[in-house]
Amino acid sequence: MNQHPQVKQQAPDDRRASGDVLRLADRLRARIGADKVLTDPAQLRTYECDGLAAYRVRPGVVVLAADRDDVVTTVRLCAEAAVPFVARGSGTGLSGGAMPVADGVLIVLSRLRRIVSVDPDNARVVVEPGVINLWVTREAAPHGQAYAPDPSSQQVCSIGGNIAENAGGAHCLKYGFTVNHVMGAEVVLPDGEVVHLGGTAPEHPGLDLLGAFVGSEGTLGVATRITLRTIQAPESVQTMLVGFHTVHDAAGTVSDIIASGILPAAIEMMDALAIEAAEAAVRCGYPPGAVAVLVIELDGPRVEVDEQFRQVRGIAEARHAFETRIARDDAERALMWKGRKSAFAAVGRISPAYYVQDGVIPRTRLPEILDEIGRLADEAQLRVANVFHAGDGNLHPLILFDDAAPGAMADAERLGFAILDACIDAGGSITGEHGVGFEKKSKMARQFTAEDLDTMQLVRCAFDPGGLANPGKLFPTPRLCGERPGARTAEDAPDPAFGEVF
Amino acid sequence: MGASQGTVRGGGERPARGDEPAPEAVTVAGVRPTEVVRPSSAGEIADILRTTTGTVVAVGAGTKTGWAPPPGSCDLLLRTTGLNRIVEHAPGDLVVVTEAGVPLADLRRALAEHGQMLALDPPEPDATIGGIIGANASGPRRLRYGTVRDLLIGVTVVLADGTIARSGGKVVKNVAGYDLGKLYTGAHGGLGVVVSATWRLHPLPKASGAVRVPVGDAAEAGRLAALMARSTLTPSAVELRFGPSGGEFVVLFESIEESVEAQSRATLALLGAGTREPAPPPWFGRRPDGTLVLRLAFEPYALPRVLDALPPGASGTASACTGVAYAAVPEDTDLAALRAAIRPYDGSAVVLAAPEGARATLDHWGPVPDSFGLMTRVKDQFDPRRRLSPGRLLGGL
Repeated sequence: MNQHPQVKQQAPDDRRASGDVLRLADRLRARIGADKVLTDPAQLRTYECDGLAAYRVRPGVVVLAADRDDVVTTVRLCAEAAVPFVARGSGTGLSGGAMPVADGVLIVLSRLRRIVSVDPDNARVVVEPGVINLWVTREAAPHGQAYAPDPSSQQVCSIGGNIAENAGGAHCLKYGFTVNHVMGAEVVLPDGEVVHLGGTAPEHPGLDLLGAFVGSEGTLGVATRITLRTIQAPESVQTMLVGFHTVHDAAGTVSDIIASGILPAAIEMMDALAIEAAEAAVRCGYPPGAVAVLVIELDGPRVEVDEQFRQVRGIAEARHAFETRIARDDAERALMWKGRKSAFAAVGRISPAYYVQDGVIPRTRLPEILDEIGRLADEAQLRVANVFHAGDGNLHPLILFDDAAPGAMADAERLGFAILDACIDAGGSITGEHGVGFEKKSKMARQFTAEDLDTMQLVRCAFDPGGLANPGKLFPTPRLCGERPGARTAEDAPDPAFGEVF
Repeated sequence: MGASQGTVRGGGERPARGDEPAPEAVTVAGVRPTEVVRPSSAGEIADILRTTTGTVVAVGAGTKTGWAPPPGSCDLLLRTTGLNRIVEHAPGDLVVVTEAGVPLADLRRALAEHGQMLALDPPEPDATIGGIIGANASGPRRLRYGTVRDLLIGVTVVLADGTIARSGGKVVKNVAGYDLGKLYTGAHGGLGVVVSATWRLHPLPKASGAVRVPVGDAAEAGRLAALMARSTLTPSAVELRFGPSGGEFVVLFESIEESVEAQSRATLALLGAGTREPAPPPWFGRRPDGTLVLRLAFEPYALPRVLDALPPGASGTASACTGVAYAAVPEDTDLAALRAAIRPYDGSAVVLAAPEGARATLDHWGPVPDSFGLMTRVKDQFDPRRRLSPGRLLGGL
């Protein structure tokens, strides 16, 4: 994936899927067309992982769905055969949420990429799940509108994947996350039934099932058509890049801006190592000698933005900012963002491999958590570049390692998990936007109690009593529906997601 | 409000806070509970639910109990007003944790001392946090800040079997696990008893101002709303008052002084009419009075067509750019016909207040969607014995 380095992997063997799954493949060929059903190991290899390339499982069957009916047929046949399925969009996820199941079906949705309708009067855009995030804004732009959620991967990630993960982005500080912008979804439930959650109106009688569906990481069904809300593009946007000699001054600036009652569209922070990487990769011209930089963007009515921008400059200067640059036009703004948005890939310039984490802390704990990350990194003898959505305390530590060294990936992962523990202890969360997926499911049991997780499982059992939708993700221990909460004997149960992992 | 809001109150007068009405004087949408309790902690509520088997309806101040149909039965009325602590406020993080029984007005006062607010503005006096979540109550500022589902970042509930379970957390950005806060919002206690909630806060605006424009008919209201919706102006609220004797359109700005000034001027120019006022008029944000009161939701641009679909004599308010309206309509209004008329705009009409005698036959929520089977399964997972707010949810769940 373009967001992630290739961690060198041992090639999976050419073992074929089990008889059950191959028989299902035959039925699928007969029903939806042979050209959409892949079982050739060489073809399946493309789909072994998502953006979390360290974990790979070869799916039994890949279905390249062309439309909603293909998805319904596939899910129905899976349900009849009790074969698990995993939905996949662009495969850019960073938590292994779209990692296939070995004896299961991977439903690839990237051919469902129609923009169904654009309705600027109601500020709605209806899309299929394979539509790329940035396309929505492209469609809305001629009408003076935009789609607010903007994950860094927005040029390639799909709306279906955004919904599964409740994707965020730099501007969700002001505008909220995917869940705040999804109005409705047509969903294929794990038994093949098609339901419509939400709609085009702002609210509907009954339970808010749509709210529970968004961010459920593919465990409750497959969205095949999605109604999004667009926003009016702001009258004015102002962006500044500020250099600091200490991380504490940068963090203090963030706190002071928030305390002053200003809600910027985005406040992003990068530390020295992340700046070094970005410079090496995209020559974004960040202030030389900066130990931390902030990219601060304000948007809204011109008068308001101009006045608040002036205040933000004053706040930064009071915190010893040594250089402040203001983007004079869209090109300069784009360059400021380029350094930030390419930061993940950029660390590939300064390290053979890296591992991205995604944790959240209360914003005010930023300085101490950075000290703690530094201490943990020293202890592990690894370097960590920090890039984060500072305004909402969402950290993305990039752990650098040499994948040629034996055990280095495991060391990096251990450090990443120690950082997540620190986030939980600070009152935060193990994920702000990348999802739990396969990668962090064990950490769910540290963030939540058994009762909390059992209660989430109630929703799972209502949507997917057979546990066929993306099994082995999100929850730390697999549990059958109908099992009594408390009788948690599944600790040692084999993980259904795991065919082979390298 | 109307003849029967189903309010929980004692002999005619609303009791002072802490001065609880006698059980025999309390009803939920006309249904009298066998017993009333007012626990003061989540643990107490958990004990009650664990050790009893009867039907339970949880209410806060009881200001919106008429927003859902009468419960099939109510062995126990559980008042959450004893859970009245603001647990934690982290001003630097713009987050607050409150118990469910805290009145919004009290929370608002406490937060204002720090220059902050919970950006929810339902108008019911005394309304509690738990009741606002259960009824999914909102007010005019939803245009800018959203509703409960957009601001609630963590929630703790007691389930039907006494289990205490939490979802979300204390940070604004958090995608770990299912977001159950969305499910409990608007569920009228039918999935569990909300005992505490964690909220995203906003800074209190430094200045505010309003623009008022008289409107003659629905078409004109629609035109003004569309102009506002497609502008780059950022009002906190755009409200419409409508009725047989004409109406009024009000735009509220809340920002820094310079911005309120500039945007108010721009609004006068854009709408081609109106006057500037320091504050919105008294009707702003209030629910209409009447014996049959509805909440309508629809595609925002359909506002004039929805207003035209209302029966003669209807009056009320609309959050004009969001697709929500509150209408007092004649008692003999044909709800089925009204619902059918607004159906093309994804419209729905739910009852907020109704005459006492009419409740039994009234279709409170309207037709069920194709996801009703799924809703039923969710209800049955959370409350398999159907003991929590039985019959209060859509489709009699």
